Amino acid sequence: MIDSAQALAIFESMLLIRRFEETVIDLWATVETEGHRHVYIGQEAVGATIMELLREDDLILTTHRNHGHVLARGADPGRALAEILGRADGFNKGRGGSAGLTVRAAGFLATTGQVGGGIGLGIGAAQAQKIRGRGGICVTFFGDGGLEEGIGFEAMNIAALYSQPVLLVCENNSVGVTTGRAQNEWSSSSMAAETLGDIPRALGIATEVVAGESVTDVHEAASRLIGDLREGRAPAFIEMRTRRWPGSRSFNPQLVTGVTDLDGVWDPASVTGEHADWINRYDPVIGYGRDLFRQGRISRSEIVAMNERVCRTVEAAREFALASPLPSAESGLTGTFA
Amino acid sequence: MQQTERQISLKAAVIEAIAEEFRRDPETFYIGEDVGVAEGIFKQTQGLHAEFGDRRVIDTPISEAGMFGLTVGAAVAGMRPVVEIMFSDFLTLVMDQLVNHAAKIHYLSGGGFRVPLVLRTAIGVGGVLGSTHSQTLYAWPAHVPGLKLAAPSTPADAKGLMTAAIRDDNPVLYFEDRMTYNLKGPVPEGEHIVELGVADIKRKGSDVTLIAFSRMVHVALEAADALAAKGISAEVVDPRSIVPLDTETLIDSVARTGRAVVIDGGHESYGIGAEVAATVSEGAFDYLDAPVMRIGAPHNPVPCSKPLEAMMVPSADQVVAKVERMYG
Repeated sequence: MIDSAQALAIFESMLLIRRFEETVIDLWATVETEGHRHVYIGQEAVGATIMELLREDDLILTTHRNHGHVLARGADPGRALAEILGRADGFNKGRGGSAGLTVRAAGFLATTGQVGGGIGLGIGAAQAQKIRGRGGICVTFFGDGGLEEGIGFEAMNIAALYSQPVLLVCENNSVGVTTGRAQNEWSSSSMAAETLGDIPRALGIATEVVAGESVTDVHEAASRLIGDLREGRAPAFIEMRTRRWPGSRSFNPQLVTGVTDLDGVWDPASVTGEHADWINRYDPVIGYGRDLFRQGRISRSEIVAMNERVCRTVEAAREFALASPLPSAESGLTGTFA
Repeated sequence: MQQTERQISLKAAVIEAIAEEFRRDPETFYIGEDVGVAEGIFKQTQGLHAEFGDRRVIDTPISEAGMFGLTVGAAVAGMRPVVEIMFSDFLTLVMDQLVNHAAKIHYLSGGGFRVPLVLRTAIGVGGVLGSTHSQTLYAWPAHVPGLKLAAPSTPADAKGLMTAAIRDDNPVLYFEDRMTYNLKGPVPEGEHIVELGVADIKRKGSDVTLIAFSRMVHVALEAADALAAKGISAEVVDPRSIVPLDTETLIDSVARTGRAVVIDGGHESYGIGAEVAATVSEGAFDYLDAPVMRIGAPHNPVPCSKPLEAMMVPSADQVVAKVERMYG
């Protein structure tokens, strides 16, 4: 059982990610139109819960779908949003953008949009942790598509051979995708293996399959495996299965499920419409809110107050990001070498 | 003659070339990521899956090394595959199969094997796609003996070069600047071949030669207009192929004008602009009134933010300034 303080921290982190991503989508409809962005809606339970379990000296690799990871690790939402908008005050001076947002001070070693690339970098971080011997670990997040590239196989083989303290978190967000290609949404999940953990298992890596919508399930598996890693039993692989959010699009995610209405937490009957099934069964924010509400760990008024707090934070981030200037062209000519 | 006046986009012209060759030769197929029902992330394979079906328009996992290995193997086995690597940035993932296998198989077999394949890939900066979806990496494979490279600037050339590439018995890398996909122009109907290694003079001139590749041809043409207003007559030459390079046409032009600027969308340092500049400097040395100059992208990764990425694209203003420097 997750203690209440941790449970509420995870829930607030998830809500922050949700409100932030809703803002990202809104900004692309109103302020910026170019480029691509990959939002974390529907996967909040995974990032928020795992980050809650990490130490400050743990290292993290993430992908183009990084916003949730970065926020859950406590990075400033204003500077994160500024980066996503390509502004001078972004964490990476606008050079990385949405897909390249990375925050070294928060333990991120790299954010790479190169599919599967982080799996290779993660074994380097894990080796550094092993050599330093202070119990630190590396958590590498990647999507189901990340296993389609060859680097994942090589890196997992090396991780297993060297008993590295690396937690491989495969965020399989393609569950339920059957008509993606017809909608011009990328196919993904083009693996011959039915269970993605079968691949690392062949290399002797401990594997789990977890319902990624469930904070309770994510917490149970991740806390146990992270504990094992710190004691030297390593590496480990978790397939976090999440049902594809209906608004997911390759370039322009659409808020088809609407701005999340927290009434659905205490009043399930208020959830209606085309996407009610996704919200009721697979929305991790609504789902965990209901768990906590039913358990009496949070009241309706406390949820309302938390939501107001989170929305104020996100609104401040939005104002900060929009007030930040675009970088000058000349500024981009510096820093090719350290 | 009226037929040749129809205007279609560069993207449509490439698709037309592929479709015509696929109808002509059943031993062809197309393979890549999201190229089938989804018809490509830029709709650059529109209609191919509908016409040729699953057997000849094949979707792959996100596995560039695997799909390219498949392509090389099928080519050696006698097929004529076209493989799509979504962005030239992802050439990094196919380098071993490309450099150590595809490029060398014919030579090292003593001529016993052929590798007739086309690698189609996107280059160019725009639309804030960031550092790993915006690179122009044609200089890398150009260095490797055994590979041919084409880079069209107009819809007609795009069709003709793709037709020639599919019929070629060697590995041909075909680079399309994604910012030119919707550029329209006249394209001949039916069979249209632009031989690899034949440059085209896009604009006649007498004072300076602007040698430009792919989308940069349009930057050069814009610069030529601006230079004309200043009383300088610029000739714009489009090599169309990077390998083989039509050195004769380039040197002949520079020998006539006495000045040259090479404009390339890739990084200027160690790029194809340097190779072309050296080639025409040697070949036209006796006729030069000024050193051959280069313009390319600066030596830093392509940043994401809009004003930052904009400075990665050579401009007509830069070309004009370079030319004016030659006149001291």
